[in-house]
Amino acid sequence: MVPFDLLVAVCIGYVIFLFLVAFAAERRADAGRLGWLRSPLVYTLSLSVYCTAWTFYGAVGYAARSGLEFMTIYLGPTIVFVGWWWLLRKLVRIGRAQRITSIADLISSRYGKSNLLAVIVTLLAVVGTTPYIALQLQSVTLSFNVFSAAAVEGWQVPDRTATAFWVAAGLTVFTIVFGTRNLDANERHHGVVTAIAVEAVVKLVALLSVGIFVVWGVAGGAGDILDRIDASPIAEWQGGGGRWAPLIFLSAAAVLTLPRMFQVTVVENSDERHLATASWAFPLYLFLMSLFVLPIAVVGLSTLPAGENPDLYVLTLPLAFDREGLAMLAFLGGFSSATSMVIVAAIAVSTMVSNHIVMPLWLRLRTGGASFSGDVRTVVLRARRFSIAGILLLGYTYYSFTGGTEALAAIGLISFAGLAQVLPSLLGGIFWRGATLKGAAAGLVAGFGLWAYTLFLPSFEGTWLMPAAVLAEGPFGIGLLRPRALLGLDTGDPLVHAMIWSLGVNTLLFVGISLVSFPSPMERLQGAQFVNVFQHSSGPGGWVGGSAAAEDLSVMAQRILGPRQAQALFQEAARAQGKEGNLPDPTPDFIDWLERELSGSVGAAAAHAMVGQITGGAAVSVEDLLAVADETAQIMEYSSRLEAKSRELSETAAQLREANDKLTEISIQKDAFLSQISHELRTPMSSIRAFSEILRDSRELGPAQFQRYASIIHDESLRLTRLLDDLLDLSVLENGQVTLHEEPGNLAEILDGAVTATASMATERPLAIRRERSAENVAIYTDCDRLRQVFINLIGNARKYCDAAAPELRIVVRTTADRIEVDFEDNGSGIPEKQQSIIFEKFARLSDQSAAGSAGLGLAICREIMRNLGGSIAYLDAGSGTTFRLTLPRRHVRHAA
Amino acid sequence: MGKHVLLIEDEPNIIEAIRFILERDGWTVSTHSDGADAVDIVDREGPDIVILDVMLPNRSGYDILRDLRAAEGTAALPVLLLTAKGQSRDREMAETYGASRFMTKPFSNQEVLDSVRDLVAS
Repeated sequence: MVPFDLLVAVCIGYVIFLFLVAFAAERRADAGRLGWLRSPLVYTLSLSVYCTAWTFYGAVGYAARSGLEFMTIYLGPTIVFVGWWWLLRKLVRIGRAQRITSIADLISSRYGKSNLLAVIVTLLAVVGTTPYIALQLQSVTLSFNVFSAAAVEGWQVPDRTATAFWVAAGLTVFTIVFGTRNLDANERHHGVVTAIAVEAVVKLVALLSVGIFVVWGVAGGAGDILDRIDASPIAEWQGGGGRWAPLIFLSAAAVLTLPRMFQVTVVENSDERHLATASWAFPLYLFLMSLFVLPIAVVGLSTLPAGENPDLYVLTLPLAFDREGLAMLAFLGGFSSATSMVIVAAIAVSTMVSNHIVMPLWLRLRTGGASFSGDVRTVVLRARRFSIAGILLLGYTYYSFTGGTEALAAIGLISFAGLAQVLPSLLGGIFWRGATLKGAAAGLVAGFGLWAYTLFLPSFEGTWLMPAAVLAEGPFGIGLLRPRALLGLDTGDPLVHAMIWSLGVNTLLFVGISLVSFPSPMERLQGAQFVNVFQHSSGPGGWVGGSAAAEDLSVMAQRILGPRQAQALFQEAARAQGKEGNLPDPTPDFIDWLERELSGSVGAAAAHAMVGQITGGAAVSVEDLLAVADETAQIMEYSSRLEAKSRELSETAAQLREANDKLTEISIQKDAFLSQISHELRTPMSSIRAFSEILRDSRELGPAQFQRYASIIHDESLRLTRLLDDLLDLSVLENGQVTLHEEPGNLAEILDGAVTATASMATERPLAIRRERSAENVAIYTDCDRLRQVFINLIGNARKYCDAAAPELRIVVRTTADRIEVDFEDNGSGIPEKQQSIIFEKFARLSDQSAAGSAGLGLAICREIMRNLGGSIAYLDAGSGTTFRLTLPRRHVRHAA
Repeated sequence: MGKHVLLIEDEPNIIEAIRFILERDGWTVSTHSDGADAVDIVDREGPDIVILDVMLPNRSGYDILRDLRAAEGTAALPVLLLTAKGQSRDREMAETYGASRFMTKPFSNQEVLDSVRDLVAS
């Protein structure tokens, strides 16, 4: 038997060997001697991270359970690499041109550099990758246990979670050491890739060795094996057509969308031409990996005891025949498969997590810091390292909680289906310019959700995450929501069911919403860059400035930036290239740099189109021009919207200021008015109180005095009543609540009534009233009582205030087609100019208060009455005397006739 | 001596009432009803106390009071201020301008009498 210590020692030795390989590769890369590190062979071998422990051990188990179906896992990638290598070339080209660091970055970048999408894809990747990592830990642990199962006394095998823990810890250290050494924009890891390539060789050799041993060592050669296969139950398996197509599709999608596959295929690619080699070499590798799967499964089924786990036949077969060396090699092969997957997946996912979740959060948390330029590198590296540790810890935790499921393949397929949700956005993004951020986000979220509900959560069958009752009867007993038969769709196969739902809805939403939503300028630009990547960039080096004339570029830059700034830029660039003068060589670097400088002034699309035209590196396409036009139009529309908005705002502000001023003024007027009313009320009350106290307290008053004081009290009471009446009247008139009693009347009669009413007023000098009867004979239709009130007021004022020696009031009536004017002119001294403007205000009693005898509400009431009657009252500054002019409309004359 | 009241007020009925009340108590009451020359009248008549209305034609009682307080001869003259507005702001104004006492209309006759007696006695 293999002593356990030896097993551990071999493991550790192997890991140290990998460390050395990776270290040596890094050293070579650092020294700039890439040499064979950049060979297409290393690239192809690194692609073998596709073959995980699942493929290594699990394929045999898969074959033992489901016959040839395991082939689908190899057929998908083969189809992609052989038939669709142009798709891969496009991805690689885009990855290079856009400096893509992960699949999340690709999706985000395509849809206008949306971090939302990046976060969605990252979450998808974390959720999809964690069980997969757990699967690798499980396989390593299981393979340890195989050795311990045959253990003799004295073997101390650590329990399985401890094994898994140490494996996870070791992988963490390795991944951190070689995965976060540098922060190249293109994120290449020569050490890791080389180590993966070595592991690829180890696992292939191991599997081939076991296969050869089984075919020629256990069975009697190729012919015998074929007979055995025919005889075995595997031959009975029907190639369930319903599953084949979806499975092939799924594995084809996985090779594009699995984070680790994207990492090695696109991010780690150093030369587009390597794809040409990989397009035949990788399928060949897959073919070799699958060659002996069936023989091993068949021999395992027929020679090993029935209870043996078919997933481990690769190990148990050599052990059963006491080939310990071979078993050890097989163990290392499985170990390689597991570790390479975990390392690359951890690097890929940690890049996403740190770039799209940790860094944005960190930058947001320290918004005040303009000073992070110095330590940002450290922060990124630290974020990346913590992410790696976090992802492995997650995988380990998942493993220790689920305790390892029996069938390895199931977890793998769940992962595949999860990551396949990225496919619509990915393919749509690089082939269809109409794809939009909203479409991609909707598709991804819906696909993610449906996948989780129909496939991922049901894998926890029987736990609190997915109680058996929910699976059988649907949540809350709603049968239509059964996770494995959503809306009654029951395909009989949970995987196919989940794919139809998640990818179907995903694609529908993606296409549908893309069609009805409009992309932002950034999306348009990026969309054009992605879809037309072969026109925009003419080779792995980005711009080829072959025909670019530095002078032309300089002229253009001067037009955009102005002569001084453009010359300064060109001089700087020339100095950086070590050239005299101010015309640098139009190297790709310089042209890229210039384009970025210009895009700051004219927008990215415009800058690209302009530079492209001059360098001739790419024809300016109609799409480019449209993108420029779009950008400009949107900017203009945006700015005109802003202008409109700001105009609106300043108008609103002015209105508010006006309203506020008005309110303030009204408030001041109200205070003044209250103060006035208080004064007007308190003055008569003072007299009333003073005299009533005198009457009460003085016994010695004579009858004449008694009489006089009582009349004062009486008069002042009347004055108070009048004041209150006037106030109420004014209030009603001002609020427009007055009811007019309009009736036909004659102006002369109304004037007669007013003159009679004022005749009783006691005055010092009698007032002579001059009238022209003939002119006054005008039919009128109005509220005659109200009009009479105005006349009484004006005549009364003349009686009270006209200070002429022989007071005289002339009443002049003029009639025009549409109105009647009545002037009241007295021969007094008139109203001082500066008071003319306030006479119609409330309590605007003029200075000679003592002569007034009543509150100054009269003219205010007149003004309100005239307003209510549809006319007006005005003071005419005639030079001498006081003249008030009343104007009334004649609209009602015909009623009066 | 010490029995001369100058009443500066424009409302005839109030003048008559205050005159009656004070004369019955033995005071000599002279009156004036225009704000414009009120300060001159005070200077000329030299009363022992002035009863001053705030709302006067042509000049406000506050302005008159301020002038009286600013002049040497009348700085300490007792002035009883009367106002019909009766808002708290008026009381503050009265204090600021230096009224010896402040009364709101309508007043009680006894109060006027007591105030005049007090102010002259002190």
